[in-house]
Amino acid sequence: MSYVAIKGGGRAIAGAAAVTEYLRTEEGLSSSTAEPLAVDAILHQLRHLVDRVISEGGVYHPKFAALAIKQSLGDTLEAAFTLRAWRSTRPRLSATPPLDTSRMRLVRRISSAFKEIPGGQMLGPTPDYALRLLRLELMDESPEAFRAVAREWLEHCSEAHLPDSFPKVLDALRAEGLLPSVTAPRNQNAFDITREPLVFPVPRSAALATMARAEAGSLLAIAYSNMRGYGDVHPTIAELRVGYLPVLLPHPVTGELTEAGEVLMTECEVVAMYEASDSGGKPTFTVGYGACFGHNEVKAISMAILDRALQKGMKDGPANPSEDPEFVLLHVDGVDSMGFASHYKMPHYVTFQSDLDRLRTTQQKSGDPA
Amino acid sequence: MNATPCTTSGNAYNFGFLDEYAKKEIRRAILKAIAIPGYQVPYASREMPMGRGFGTGGLQLTLSLIGFEEVVKVIDQGSDDSVNAVNLRQFIEMTCPGVSTTTKTAECTLIQSRHRIPELPLTSKQIIVLQVPYPDPLVVVEPSEDRRKTMHGEADYSRLLVKLYEDIVKFDEITISHRYPTRINGHYVIDPSPIPRWDVPKLNDSAALILLGAGREKKIYAVPPHTKAEPLVFSDVPFRVEDFRDDAGRRRVCARCGCANSFLDEFVADSGSKIYQCSDSDWCDGELLRAEQAQEEPA
Repeated sequence: MSYVAIKGGGRAIAGAAAVTEYLRTEEGLSSSTAEPLAVDAILHQLRHLVDRVISEGGVYHPKFAALAIKQSLGDTLEAAFTLRAWRSTRPRLSATPPLDTSRMRLVRRISSAFKEIPGGQMLGPTPDYALRLLRLELMDESPEAFRAVAREWLEHCSEAHLPDSFPKVLDALRAEGLLPSVTAPRNQNAFDITREPLVFPVPRSAALATMARAEAGSLLAIAYSNMRGYGDVHPTIAELRVGYLPVLLPHPVTGELTEAGEVLMTECEVVAMYEASDSGGKPTFTVGYGACFGHNEVKAISMAILDRALQKGMKDGPANPSEDPEFVLLHVDGVDSMGFASHYKMPHYVTFQSDLDRLRTTQQKSGDPA
Repeated sequence: MNATPCTTSGNAYNFGFLDEYAKKEIRRAILKAIAIPGYQVPYASREMPMGRGFGTGGLQLTLSLIGFEEVVKVIDQGSDDSVNAVNLRQFIEMTCPGVSTTTKTAECTLIQSRHRIPELPLTSKQIIVLQVPYPDPLVVVEPSEDRRKTMHGEADYSRLLVKLYEDIVKFDEITISHRYPTRINGHYVIDPSPIPRWDVPKLNDSAALILLGAGREKKIYAVPPHTKAEPLVFSDVPFRVEDFRDDAGRRRVCARCGCANSFLDEFVADSGSKIYQCSDSDWCDGELLRAEQAQEEPA
């Protein structure tokens, strides 16, 4: 009887946790050399997984992200969620001023708008032009060979070729008058989505912050709808850059800006078709901006496209779902959407009983008794 | 800004899990919600370590209100022992050391509940926190939150009333089963959370403070004590709670305690026959005890 089955709920929860832990450690049954997955191994060898989790978790803590990946058995939604919940317990002690991304220590930067850009194109680590063939030699990789690879690579790499910072492509376009000049007041505080709820209409900074920690797949799906025709952005990537951005914080005593560390970030700026200026000036290109923690290029591009689409929607009224701020911003958070999808697994006896009552009454009235 | 963190040694988390600034913000939203009965106060909902949709909104209210002297009861679908209720209660016990928990409605000071209001009338010494998946009753007629906000401000519920009217035309019945739209203090219409219609009358003139928290949708609203709460109806179509009469018109009773005036869960026994039992497990235990005592007394 179901009523009895839910008795002992505490034991059921403990049992579910125990069998999940069994799955995590099951390898130990069949192999005497089985070893627990080292958090450092996740941090380094599954780095894009870590990138995704710090980005969606909304907190730059790669080590805890790796731990969250380990304990969730690699489920990115769960891992990002765990990291986000940990973040809830931390007070916000300080805020950075807007950081200048031209100071980024780059590992990769490309532009699809120009063949030659100041500083040059730098492909860096990317699978873009890799053949997606299974590397069967990795099936049984020798630890010695594995340890030698990075060292050898560094030996053949002259310091002159190691990454540095580069000027931004957009600055060149702006200097030519092809982009609108930056007019936003410099001292405008960014909207903090962790401390203020979204009440529409929201400022652009709220939209950007929401997308920066959005679930990558959700963001991609809505951006893709825009790319395919439910929208009109037609973007060109002016610049996509991945690198380490120095984080400046006011010194607790002197108030002077001090470098507190650096965060790995992906930043994407897309240029879209031009618009007539509101003030009757020359028409210029429009810009979409995307940025997030970690190396997540598809996410940053999706975000930049949606930023452009949302700006258009806020100005002219949304003509497509991707241009509607409520539609986009309320449906891209992984923690929200996965939680709500999961909650349907919980008992709904009472509401279903109430549904039954309505259906039976309605059936009786329509002369079609159940 | 002088909220002081109160850390308990041996526990990695602050008392009540959330940091004190978060609790303070939530308490402010609660005060606003009480001051404007039925108005959905937006707040910066925090992520909790359980799924959105599992009661994170209610839990943030509970954790912000909880004090050392608190006696907490957590129910889900009327039961203290369903997995989600157990999970939330264990979390409260873990993060709020020193707080007592109980399954007895009569003994608690704070109740967190999903989908039910206890059968035992609550008192002015108690607060009930309801977990809310959809805070806005207008969502069935208007998807845009921006437009819904204007409609609430103008108390424009015409489209909701048209929906009820269309139900009557199509089905000769209002088909809303739970989450029945209810007007609070003559203005705002709320979604009272997925409580059955059976529980809706308990909102009216309640002695206890009723708080509703939607974590995922980031809203808090309240039905303050002794406030008018009226389900939306037409003058010629009365509001009806769930009907528990059998085909012969007799009121079904709980198979366990024999109670004939509680909300019943229906389920199919192994034999294939239908069985009805109280949804409120504490109420059912109480009725059973009373029945046993009544049997003993004549002897």
